[in-house]
Amino acid sequence: MKNVLILIFKRSGASLITIFIISLIIFIGVELLPGDVAETVLGQGATPETVEQFRKALKLDLPPHIRYGAWLNDFVHGDFGNSLANGRPVAGLIGWRLGNTLFLALSTAVIAIPLALLLGMLAAFYRNTFFDKLISTTTLSFISFPEFFIAYILISLLSVKFNIFPSLAVTEPNMGLGSKIYSIILPSLTLTFVVTAHMMRQTRAAIINVLASAYIEMAEIKGIKRFRIIVLHAFPNSLSPVINVIAVNMAYLIVGVVIVEVVFVYPGLGQLLVDSVAKRDLPVVQASGLVFSIVYIFLNLLADILSMLSNPKLRQSQI
Amino acid sequence: MLKLLRQSPLSARIGMGIVILNILVAIFAPLIAPYGETSVVGDVWESSSAQFYIGTDHIGRDLFTRMVYGGRNTIALAFITTMLSFLVGSFLGFIAAVKGAWTDQLLSRAVDIIMAFPTLIFALMILSVLGSSLPTLIFTIAILDSTRVYRLSRAVAMDIEVMEFVEAARLRGEGLWWLIRHEILPNALPPLIAEFGLRFCFVFLFIASLSFLGLGIQPPLADWGGMVRENSGAITFGIFIPLIPAGAIAVLTVGVNLIVDWFLHLSSGLHE
Repeated sequence: MKNVLILIFKRSGASLITIFIISLIIFIGVELLPGDVAETVLGQGATPETVEQFRKALKLDLPPHIRYGAWLNDFVHGDFGNSLANGRPVAGLIGWRLGNTLFLALSTAVIAIPLALLLGMLAAFYRNTFFDKLISTTTLSFISFPEFFIAYILISLLSVKFNIFPSLAVTEPNMGLGSKIYSIILPSLTLTFVVTAHMMRQTRAAIINVLASAYIEMAEIKGIKRFRIIVLHAFPNSLSPVINVIAVNMAYLIVGVVIVEVVFVYPGLGQLLVDSVAKRDLPVVQASGLVFSIVYIFLNLLADILSMLSNPKLRQSQI
Repeated sequence: MLKLLRQSPLSARIGMGIVILNILVAIFAPLIAPYGETSVVGDVWESSSAQFYIGTDHIGRDLFTRMVYGGRNTIALAFITTMLSFLVGSFLGFIAAVKGAWTDQLLSRAVDIIMAFPTLIFALMILSVLGSSLPTLIFTIAILDSTRVYRLSRAVAMDIEVMEFVEAARLRGEGLWWLIRHEILPNALPPLIAEFGLRFCFVFLFIASLSFLGLGIQPPLADWGGMVRENSGAITFGIFIPLIPAGAIAVLTVGVNLIVDWFLHLSSGLHE
């Protein structure tokens, strides 16, 4: 067990370093902005005094490494600065929207994970049959479709033709859980299609990989019942790749929400990021980009740790 | 080659049909399109008629013309970007594999960091700083995508690099370029070609998504992702115009995927 702890410790350290480097990249990236932020924001007509004042307010008059330290320190303490567009604190803008995004991702995961695992296992057990080919072709097409294509097909069917669900996912802070779920059904259905397709294909591949190994063949030759083989021999060994598949797809989901949020005008973090990029509202872009990256890296870290824990072979080896 | 094509399965033929049709339309766009790319010729969202084959868009441009030019712009941009991504990615991947030591370490760690960042978020941040123009778009996506090409070509080249014929060439005193050009590249080609199809799909979808978000190809240039965005308001009136460009994107990516599947099947040496 001591080995595993050291491995996990190392892996977490690597993630921390990555997050640090990414924060550095984000900071330097904004520094590279052609021209001066103050002049860009205030426009041509600004007097030198107002520009100077604005630079002081943004601490632009200090050298870069001190500003990076201050920015990182503020970020860690939950102060993300103020939006350039409306002067409101970024932390307030991001907090509620991050909650919305996580809610959408979570409700998708609740449907998509069991569905994908079930379909993946069925396709693996009945491989090369008509059922398997049908599922494989369908999921291959869903992977090739852009998210907004699936979204607009669902809108034109379920909200325009039959008028069952709303085409805009309007959410307010004081909404009940029931109506909240009702309003995000279409976006979460869209994401479910995309993520299930990815997850199901990888689950199928992982399980087929296990079923093709020598010990399964050995068990079959010994005459053990098929059910027993699957539960006692195949399942424990496919756990590690399957957990990995789930966590990696959750990371994908967090980023995949951006497009879907824009289609359904859902007030999530992705929508905020896209709006701010268009407005070049840099503090908001910095903060939401960093938050997205941290969540993404954290989920990837979780994937690695879980697969280390569930795979005895990985516990022995070095990274 | 001809024999191989004649033996191809139905799915691969459908894929090839789709891809060839798209390429022909992209090349001969000015001859096929009945109107100018940006000229307003009718009313808003007119339905299909003899004059406008599939109707008009949100400001009265002929939708068929926009589709033809949109395909040309999107496909050309995706192709150029994928080419650039492959040039950079495979070049660095081969160098890392042949040189090894700290060159490999340096490149691989840099690639690790870029890949730890979600691609879309990275692209959005770069575009927010530099603004969206065609060169920025091509370079940003190509650099981000080349990390995947790098990983593959490094892995493939690593396998080839330990073969005897590379060792023999080394002992003959051949240089780095000769090794890459004459020993590594010819042997690494089949997996790289299949990967090219997959990367093209990814880049194509990525550009379409960025344009859909309003941060890719800028109007009035036509492109499929942007056309979905421009006409998205129509859908609430029961006009399904946004589905046409979105569907075209879907059909082309499925087509390329079908060919790649067949190619992977062929090069893996599995035969029924």
